[in-house]
Amino acid sequence: MSGIFTKAMARNIFYGGTVFFFLLLVALTFDTNKTLPKRDNSANLTPAVIAGKKIWETRNCIGCHTLLGEGAYYAPELGNVYKRRGPEFIKAWIQSQPTGAPGRRQMPQFHLTDEELDNLVAFLKYSSEINTANWPPNIEG
Amino acid sequence: MQYKSQAVAKPYFIAAIGLFVGQILFGLIMGLQYVVGDFLFPEIPFNIARMVHTNLLIVWLLFGFMGAAYYMIPEEAETELFSPKLALTLFWIFLVAGALTIVGYLALPYATLAKLTGNDILETMGREFLEQPLITKVGIVIVALGFLFNITMTMLKGRKTSISMVLLVGLWGLAIFFLFSFYNPHNLVKDKFYWWWVVHLWVEGVWELILGALLAFVLIKVTGVDREVIEKWLYVIITLALVTGLIGTGHHYYWIGTPEYWQWWGSIFSALEPLPFFAMTVFAFNMVNRRRREHPNKAAVLWALGTGVMAFLGAGVWGFLHTLAPVNYYTHGSQITAAHGHMAFYGAYVMVVLTIISYAMPILRGRAANPEKAQVLEMWSFWLMTIAMVFITLFLTAAGILQVWLQRVSDTPMSFMATQDQISLFFWMREWAGVVFLIGLIVYLVSFFVKGDTRSASAS
Ligand code: HEM
Ligand code: HEM
Ligand SMILES: [Fe+2]
Repeated sequence: MSGIFTKAMARNIFYGGTVFFFLLLVALTFDTNKTLPKRDNSANLTPAVIAGKKIWETRNCIGCHTLLGEGAYYAPELGNVYKRRGPEFIKAWIQSQPTGAPGRRQMPQFHLTDEELDNLVAFLKYSSEINTANWPPNIEG
Repeated sequence: MQYKSQAVAKPYFIAAIGLFVGQILFGLIMGLQYVVGDFLFPEIPFNIARMVHTNLLIVWLLFGFMGAAYYMIPEEAETELFSPKLALTLFWIFLVAGALTIVGYLALPYATLAKLTGNDILETMGREFLEQPLITKVGIVIVALGFLFNITMTMLKGRKTSISMVLLVGLWGLAIFFLFSFYNPHNLVKDKFYWWWVVHLWVEGVWELILGALLAFVLIKVTGVDREVIEKWLYVIITLALVTGLIGTGHHYYWIGTPEYWQWWGSIFSALEPLPFFAMTVFAFNMVNRRRREHPNKAAVLWALGTGVMAFLGAGVWGFLHTLAPVNYYTHGSQITAAHGHMAFYGAYVMVVLTIISYAMPILRGRAANPEKAQVLEMWSFWLMTIAMVFITLFLTAAGILQVWLQRVSDTPMSFMATQDQISLFFWMREWAGVVFLIGLIVYLVSFFVKGDTRSASAS
């Protein structure tokens, strides 16, 4: 890298390349947003789902679990837990924590009301119906 | 030290190292909880320890970046810092806000913390890495703006070098992309989509500019190679970084409900993301081989070379390993991800901050380089921490391959928890490697207190 390839040329390529590829990212983002409703299950964003998402967030569930493969890797994937376990199991599970089994990974007790539990389940149902291009590979997540 | 005001960097570096220790202690707590599930339960549940671990990491790296900028910019601009007072005030604000946030995580149930800190006004909490209360997030923005104002004003009144331009663009980018942390739509797919505009566009975008600038600065100082040459390299590296990394964001858009064309865009562009990291390694070795002087600070040279190699391994090689969509289909959100996250963060950002600290701290303490004995200890800590991190990565990778095999590839897939039991041996080994890492860190701390003959600061 010497001779005719100068620092000024390198700098111009940097600014030009950055602007070009950032605009490409913006264009792809725009297109993604336009086509998203076909896949993102937003038609089912009911008030219960929205309330459930808030419970999910304010209990920091993502600090142990993954959701659609993102989060922590300490506890099972929950993006498809609605399909794996069903609503009644999920509610009973949350209410019966912690198991207290010695040496086993423990999940906290969050003292959720029945309504909060229903909202959380609604959120998990909504999540499980997002079109994720067939991920995860099987029901175990 | 050429400019008095560079001294404000010192508290930033000290705070960075202090928080680093906290980060590692919580890493070890979690590592143990992986195999002794009820360890410290219910006092410190895993999710709380994880927030502390990752948020401390981010905050101490930010302290490191800010300290680096306060040290570098006056020297690059050849003028005193615009306002050292502002820099010190912001230091205390950031430190106190950070400490209160960590205390909040540990002392209060997260839902209570959310309620007390305004999460109902604007819901931003409870997303990985962005767990901070609203007021902390606002505080981060205020500190960042004050910091950027200070640095920008300094640069405007002095010499404008390419290194300081690149650093500044990187730091402004860091602040601007953080603003996406305030956007949390109800639509989970959109939430995730823009979450990556903070996380990915940080570590595989604007932070690479900061990384390149810090490395270039230290290399100029310790090798004496011509600035023109080094700055040309810097532009080539960051061009490669952004040209691949911006569209490379798509490697996170395979399975979260986004259109499937991202599997192509993401795979192709992110497969090229190792290039800037490879260029960085070649750059570091090349400059050191062409050095025009023997700098007395051998440890700083070692850290600089180590950054090149480990960033390439962690981000480049381990990133490539799972970035193609057909592979990521099986590895997504597994221990492979954790393996890569650890070596990439350590190799690139931890090591570059330790590089600048290694170079600048002796000068801030009034000498060109530390005494021989202190440097030897520091180099021991380099090898202990780096080799420990290599083993952490290898053990997590082994755990990840088995996890994917048992839980996802198999015709009779095992449940998540059953799989975790099967691979616990590797989690034990990761924890022991973590203990070695902690020993390395303690050696690092000790190296600051070793006395001996020093040459006085004629440093440039
Ligand atoms: C003693 C050493 C360490 C141990 C035992 C340790 C342990 C852990 C554990 C158990 C997790 C949570 C994984 C999960 O979600 O299930 C984690 C996450 C994380 N740690 Fe560490 N850690 C250590 C050092 C470090 C260092 C030095 C860094 C930075 C360079 C780091 C950066 C991270 C990051 C970025 C995450 C989030 C990873 C992801 O989301 O994929 N850790 N760590
Ligand atoms: C220094 C630069 C980098 C750092 C600090 C870094 C760090 C991380 C972290 C912490 C995660 C986990 C995020 C989460 O918790 O969900 C991650 C995910 C990922 N990274 Fe990187 N990374 C870097 C560079 C790269 C590069 C260059 C590539 C590709 C060549 C790459 C490919 C990936 C992929 C594909 C994932 C998603 C893994 C999954 O699906 O679970 N990374 N990275
Ligand atoms: Fe990424």
